[in-house]
Amino acid sequence: MSQADLTMEGHPAAAPMSGPIFSIPSKKFAMWLFIIADTMTFSACLFAYGFLRNGAPNWPRPFHSITNVAIMTFILLTSSLTMLIGVRASRAGDKPKAFLWIMVTAVLGIVFALLHIREWMGLIGEGMTMFKNPWGTGLFGSAFFSITGLHLTHVVSGVIALLAVGLRYRTGRYNADDIEVVGLYWHFVDLVWMFVVPLVYLLNLNH
Amino acid sequence: MANPIEVRKTGDHGAHVTPGIGKDVIVYVCLLVLAGVQFVMAYQNLTVSQMLTRMMFVAIIEASLAVLFFMHLYSEKRSFLIFVVVFTVSVLLGLQYGWTDSNRMINGAPYSEVK
Repeated sequence: MSQADLTMEGHPAAAPMSGPIFSIPSKKFAMWLFIIADTMTFSACLFAYGFLRNGAPNWPRPFHSITNVAIMTFILLTSSLTMLIGVRASRAGDKPKAFLWIMVTAVLGIVFALLHIREWMGLIGEGMTMFKNPWGTGLFGSAFFSITGLHLTHVVSGVIALLAVGLRYRTGRYNADDIEVVGLYWHFVDLVWMFVVPLVYLLNLNH
Repeated sequence: MANPIEVRKTGDHGAHVTPGIGKDVIVYVCLLVLAGVQFVMAYQNLTVSQMLTRMMFVAIIEASLAVLFFMHLYSEKRSFLIFVVVFTVSVLLGLQYGWTDSNRMINGAPYSEVK
């Protein structure tokens, strides 16, 4: 069947698509679309949190120290730098160095997750659950665990992705483009934390 | 003198410009400093709305640095940058509709009062 046969009567045939959209490789573009969609998810959660905090007169301020969250922030920001070093090494074709820095990033992600879980345990130990807490409205627990839990899920997923992609990169099944794609995801996880910290932790500091 | 910009051939997509790690470290330090500024703000004697405004301003700068330089949006095609920014900002603005209900909750409109 020729192109002319496919043309609607009276209309010229559409030009065939040439090259990827925005000149971006398809895998990278798919990751960007996922990131944009995930931005909407986190935005909706954070705005819902803002609506509740604004609307609840007895919003609790349970955090007495920012040491733990400061360490977590430092670890996550540092993991973004190590990810960048890994991406650059993979672009330069230095496979051992790229693998090493990807694994360092994964370890930092694991440390972050462990600190996060330790903090949760501390709050649960003080009597905080999804539906009640000793300090004020029970909405705080559901908002806090939902937002930080969603972020923690992303961190754990990122660590799994880093390990899987890193190992396959080392064996030659994946290339530098795949490292860059998983790097985009990791930076996004870091970016979300930049909004979670002030909204969920720092504004609820009891001092 | 060595050229700080290296152009290397990579896997599937031809040449990629690979600048040194120096710029990344500078952005990383800027992000650490900005995060530190947020932590200092938390201990200032400010109202919640003042603190929220200032912290969000710093967070947006942090996020912009991360997106532009860590995620390399700055070096993508300009049309893609505009697509991402316009699409994201439009949705974020659309989410503002809920503040009216939130304010009605705190101001105790008849149907939102606890019986």
